[in-house]
Amino acid sequence: MRKLARGVPPKLARGLLFIALAAILPLVVHDGGFVNFLTDAGAYVLLALGLNIVVGFAGLLDLGYAAFFAIGSYAYAMLASPQFGIHIPFWIMLFLASGIAALFGILLGAPTLRLRGDYLAIVTLGFGEIVPQTFLNLPQWTGGPNGLGNLDQPVFFGYRFGFNILPYYYVMLVLIVLAVVVAQNLRDSRLGRAWIAIREDELAAKHVGINTTTTKLAAFALGASFSGLAGVAYGAKLQLVSPDQFQFSVSVAILSMLVLGGMGNITGVILGSILISSLDRLILPQASNLIFALAHVRVDLSNSRFLIYGAILVLTMLLRPEGLLPNRRRRAELHAGTAEAMP
Amino acid sequence: MGLLEMEAVTQRFGGLLAIDALDFTAEAGSITALIGPNGAGKSTVFNVLTGIYRPTAGAVRFDGVRIDGRDSAAIVALGIARTFQNIRLFAQASVLQNVMTGEHVRLHANLLESILHTPRQQTEERAVRERARELLAFVGLTGVDEAAAADLPYGSQRKLEIARALASSPRLLLLDEPAAGMNPTEKNGLITLIERIRERGTTVLLIEHDMGLVMRVAERITVLDHGERIAVGTPAEIRADQRVIDAYLGKPA
Amino acid sequence: MSLIAQQIVNGLALGGIYALIALGYTMVFGIIELINFAHGDVYTLGTFFSLAILGLLGATGELHGPFLIVAVVVTLVLAMVLSGLVGVIIERLAYRPLRNAPRLAPLITAIGVSFILQNLMIYWHGPSPLPFPQILPNPTYAIGPVQIAAKQAFVIVLAVVLMIVLQLFVTKTKLGAAMRATAQDRDAARLMGIDVNATIALTFFIGSALAGAAGFVSGVYYGTTWFFNGFAAGLKAFTAAVLGGIGNIAGAMLGGFAIGLVESLTTQLLSDQWSNIVVFALLVVVLIFRPTGLLGESLPTKA
Repeated sequence: MRKLARGVPPKLARGLLFIALAAILPLVVHDGGFVNFLTDAGAYVLLALGLNIVVGFAGLLDLGYAAFFAIGSYAYAMLASPQFGIHIPFWIMLFLASGIAALFGILLGAPTLRLRGDYLAIVTLGFGEIVPQTFLNLPQWTGGPNGLGNLDQPVFFGYRFGFNILPYYYVMLVLIVLAVVVAQNLRDSRLGRAWIAIREDELAAKHVGINTTTTKLAAFALGASFSGLAGVAYGAKLQLVSPDQFQFSVSVAILSMLVLGGMGNITGVILGSILISSLDRLILPQASNLIFALAHVRVDLSNSRFLIYGAILVLTMLLRPEGLLPNRRRRAELHAGTAEAMP
Repeated sequence: MGLLEMEAVTQRFGGLLAIDALDFTAEAGSITALIGPNGAGKSTVFNVLTGIYRPTAGAVRFDGVRIDGRDSAAIVALGIARTFQNIRLFAQASVLQNVMTGEHVRLHANLLESILHTPRQQTEERAVRERARELLAFVGLTGVDEAAAADLPYGSQRKLEIARALASSPRLLLLDEPAAGMNPTEKNGLITLIERIRERGTTVLLIEHDMGLVMRVAERITVLDHGERIAVGTPAEIRADQRVIDAYLGKPA
Repeated sequence: MSLIAQQIVNGLALGGIYALIALGYTMVFGIIELINFAHGDVYTLGTFFSLAILGLLGATGELHGPFLIVAVVVTLVLAMVLSGLVGVIIERLAYRPLRNAPRLAPLITAIGVSFILQNLMIYWHGPSPLPFPQILPNPTYAIGPVQIAAKQAFVIVLAVVLMIVLQLFVTKTKLGAAMRATAQDRDAARLMGIDVNATIALTFFIGSALAGAAGFVSGVYYGTTWFFNGFAAGLKAFTAAVLGGIGNIAGAMLGGFAIGLVESLTTQLLSDQWSNIVVFALLVVVLIFRPTGLLGESLPTKA
């Protein structure tokens, strides 16, 4: 690998540069709203990285991924709030909730092990509905439809986070860096190769000695653990959790990020995630103004979220199914089966 | 005692009797062939050996240990590897990655070490990569490390599958119609490869339709027809065996 | 006991709607092995179409006699045709190009289509539930210990009639035979001279038309509609299709009524909230333990 003069490989240099820029950004751009947006986008980057392990690496289409986001958030809401009078510190909750989410990943993944592609997807979708519905239906524990509020604010060596967005931003940044490192290390390891083997040909994978059961469960568990992290960080920042934050559209949004960015490609997934978050929170609200300025037509695009996600999914699948930053080889596989082939 | 022993193995699928009370032995260090007309049950035998099917009756022993009905991954860990009739590579992974994945069962890195990329894991990974390159060179596939497995020409894909199978350091290698689709030059290369594999210490059992190739490379041949063993012996004996000739109308390829 | 019997009647009415939707899922899966995620939204569109047609006919309240019959027939037929066309268009634009792509691609696309349809309906009538004209007079009849509302009888009878027509079509006509052949082995069907593309389009048309009928019926029955109806109804109808045996038409009918019964009995015994969970849990259980369903259609083994 070509190295820079100092002996730092180019990919690492790019990564460090990105982190440095991201760290300086909120100090230079004094726009609390924008930093808030970035923090939320960061949560989605975490979620997308987690789903990428399940769908992108191991090839298990999980349509109910928001359930683990919910589990992470509700774990924080129940163990770090006035709800039960338990106040586990934020930093410990990060570990604890990701562990709990991982456990549920195994629990909800276990029944799906022998299912093939689309049935697996539907079962995970079913779980994705059952989990938030269950939270909704147990108001004495979870606050029911109103959810739980007044969640604990993180405290860092005596410094209480308060309502300043900045510390949450940096926490999210650190979590993302951690997640990227872990994801890359996993990808370039025995387990990562086992995941890809299962994705490509499960029978052949067994025949090189891969225990498909534990390997798949590891994918579910690790993927879910990222969600758990995101859930804690997001819940702590928002100070509130409620069941309607975890609907099917959230699972689909995260999937769209993978599809758009390129499943299996870590950089692609981050890119897809940022693009869709930007589209949703920055561009869409401004688009109405832009269109008015151009065509003097008042168009309210605030109700167009579903259309955008849907169009992204459909157009990407039809035109560039490998995503923006593909695994080079996937492009070949996907294009072999599209319009050029016989019906 | 042979390295591999099948004792009265029977495999039924509903009303269909695919293998009928088969006795079969492969001696350690040998090159054995399993032949027979289409539908004789040869691939079914392989599928029983690698745990895809649990035999309806009978026992399979590998180095004295019962393996019938065990899980495929466990059987690989015990030392049996195979290739498939219709090539099952990890299509979108690179050539090198395919072979590296093949080493899976011999590696020791656990989850935590993988997440942290500990020095021990990194050392192991370097060794994995090195060994994969050696295996690719051994089968004659050079210069294509980073190509997608699906992009290779057919003959190279077969070699890759063999390299991947060898990666788990098997004591017994099952080759399922390795010569299918090969031209005569490639077939000569295959024979050399099989012999070199045996020299390295791996017992080879192959299913093949190409009679010429089988006669040249195998030391011992078992012939199946309709799930039954109809003959066993050296190439010369099999060539002369009337039952075999009748079953096949024995034309060498 | 009569409470249970009453819930059975309710369940059958609910089930009729689910059965009509389930038929579309099962027919499409049978022929191209795709779970048409957008199917539930075609059902909702059926309700929206019906709303528009009734609006054009000037039918805003209860109708009687010949005008009632005309309104019902015209609305039903038009809603079915329009929904059928929507199904055909979706298939042509979004699914046909992906017919040979890896299995997950059309599924993801179907999710996208579903979202697009939902948003189109938001544009049409906004994000809130809206009322549907109560055109059917609704006296109740007592049959033994149970009361049947005219609306319920309407749903059940219409559903059964449409299912019988479908069954006859599939088993007795040449087009139906083409559909069955294509579902069994697409290549062989092509070699037999069957126009596979047209047959698939026809399957989508019929399945979507039935969903459209379910949409009309649902509007009449519930008196209200909402762009998001299709999601839950779609999942439940899909559960019904799987329960009966995906790919099996009789199974979809059976499954539909079964799910309707499960839902109404659960609502009675537990609560409205829990009935959703029970049905989804049933979906998970069936897919894991008996994916071939009750009438066990053998699934095509191309993995």
